[in-house]
Amino acid sequence: MIETHELTKHFKSKKALVKAVDGIELTVAAGELVALLGPNGAGKSTTLRMLTTLIPPTSGTARVAGFDVVRHQREVRQRIGYIGQGNGAGHSQRGRDELVSQGRSYGMKVADARRRAAELIDSLDLGEVADRTVSTLSGGQRRRLDIAMGLIHAPELLFLDEPSTGLDPQNRANLQEHIIDLRRRRDTTIVLTTHYLDEADSMAERVIVVDHGRIIADDTPERLKATHVGDKIILGFEHETDAAAAASRIPHKLQRYGRELRISVVGAPQLVPGILDDLRVAGLPAASIEVTRPTLDDVFLTLTGRSLREGGAAPESADDIELVEV
Amino acid sequence: MTNLITDTTTVFSRELRPVLRNPFTVVFSMVQPLVFLALFAPLLPKVAGGSPLQWFVPGIVVMSCLFGTSMTGSNLLYEMQTGSHERMLVTPLRRPALLVGRALKEIVPVVAQAALIVVVCIPFGFRLHLTGAVIGIVILSAFCLGLGALSYTLALASKDREWLFWTVQQTLLFPLLLLAGMLLPIENGPDWLQTLSKFNPLSYVVDAERALFNGDIWAATTLTGTVAAVAVGALGLLVGVRAMHRSD
Repeated sequence: MIETHELTKHFKSKKALVKAVDGIELTVAAGELVALLGPNGAGKSTTLRMLTTLIPPTSGTARVAGFDVVRHQREVRQRIGYIGQGNGAGHSQRGRDELVSQGRSYGMKVADARRRAAELIDSLDLGEVADRTVSTLSGGQRRRLDIAMGLIHAPELLFLDEPSTGLDPQNRANLQEHIIDLRRRRDTTIVLTTHYLDEADSMAERVIVVDHGRIIADDTPERLKATHVGDKIILGFEHETDAAAAASRIPHKLQRYGRELRISVVGAPQLVPGILDDLRVAGLPAASIEVTRPTLDDVFLTLTGRSLREGGAAPESADDIELVEV
Repeated sequence: MTNLITDTTTVFSRELRPVLRNPFTVVFSMVQPLVFLALFAPLLPKVAGGSPLQWFVPGIVVMSCLFGTSMTGSNLLYEMQTGSHERMLVTPLRRPALLVGRALKEIVPVVAQAALIVVVCIPFGFRLHLTGAVIGIVILSAFCLGLGALSYTLALASKDREWLFWTVQQTLLFPLLLLAGMLLPIENGPDWLQTLSKFNPLSYVVDAERALFNGDIWAATTLTGTVAAVAVGALGLLVGVRAMHRSD
């Protein structure tokens, strides 16, 4: 569905050359749900803008839905849906009108566009507000309308740029449900960018971690955590001597802090019962146990030495400076 | 499937829909011309040939078009900020249609406003010559198409610098208006002013409207006015379509 080769986008700011996207190799198969995760300015949105024909690459190539994004823009546009960071629906328009216009833009007949608009209004729970002026809708309602706009022509591939930014937790959960539902019922290929860790973790089957315009990791959330961080088992003992004795019995990488052992493993939930049994048999029963599993933030921290949670923006954040396309 | 005409129709009807849903918006941009009509027209000296409105009203019709149409780029500017322009750029709509459809829509308020002004003025002694007025409005529409396109071009060039759009628009608006002799006749002014006025395409449009609204269809000004309006229309579309392609 998507195939890029050395996809690159450079911008010129006052003096420096900003490599917003620096040679991305990306392959997405039909039916995948992929999240691009990274801090602000990592190059996620710029990548998406190239894949959706909004900006031409500086160099490299990208084929989307079977067509080259530079040479066959119209063919690409006809086949993709795009839900950007802003509001797709014009603020002075009415939601239903915008949906019909959007359908017309893709060459749908008026009657078909109307029918499809009614369907989406229904499934996205917009019935009460679809005939009101967009500017009077709440943030969550507008976002659902944006989703409906992106889906009017039932695209085979849907791009979402930071879909849940600015939404409250309930609307975020609601939106995520819609996206997952869409995936399940229509088998739509979905590519979204996010800087919400939990969103990438809970929704995507595949997370692509982007930093400084490059892909630094690409796998399922589970495997990313297992490969780059692993789990921790913390065992507490009554006496320091027990802890020391237990340490010599456990065949995993560990560190001892007084009466406490910190064991680094992959797959802690499966290993814990065996370890506990073995210790009990040896007469060294643990007094307390704690298992911590890594988050994607731990993955990011391990990979870059920076935390996503603290902002972690790349130093030359592409959003802050005036940039000229190269 | 779609072609340039269906795409233009899609953009045109999208632009027109809020106006049809709320026709009163057409009146908003007319506030200033109406103020001039109410407070300035009574100051005009009585002329031999009848009501001074006969001379003043065509100018106000052009002024009303000038105010509304030159501001229209601000709608695009706003849509560029909220994200709906970007959304449309990702659809397969042809880029020229994105501009031409918008510019064509400008004709609708121009016609509505002209009709409104004429209707308001008839009770005060304005005499309507229908054929001439209709031809006048057709010529004015060509001008507004171009002016609207230029306003959209300015919006595309301004991007997120809203101040730039308004500074340029306001800076150009009043010189264009005054040099076209819309409020007071240029013929009584000094030579340099008259010379400057000759470089203003709007002067020819205003002259043509004055003759046409008085029923003088075969005047030479009709031809020069048409040439000026069509030239502005063509130039506007050309520049605008290029700008829309480049913003792509």
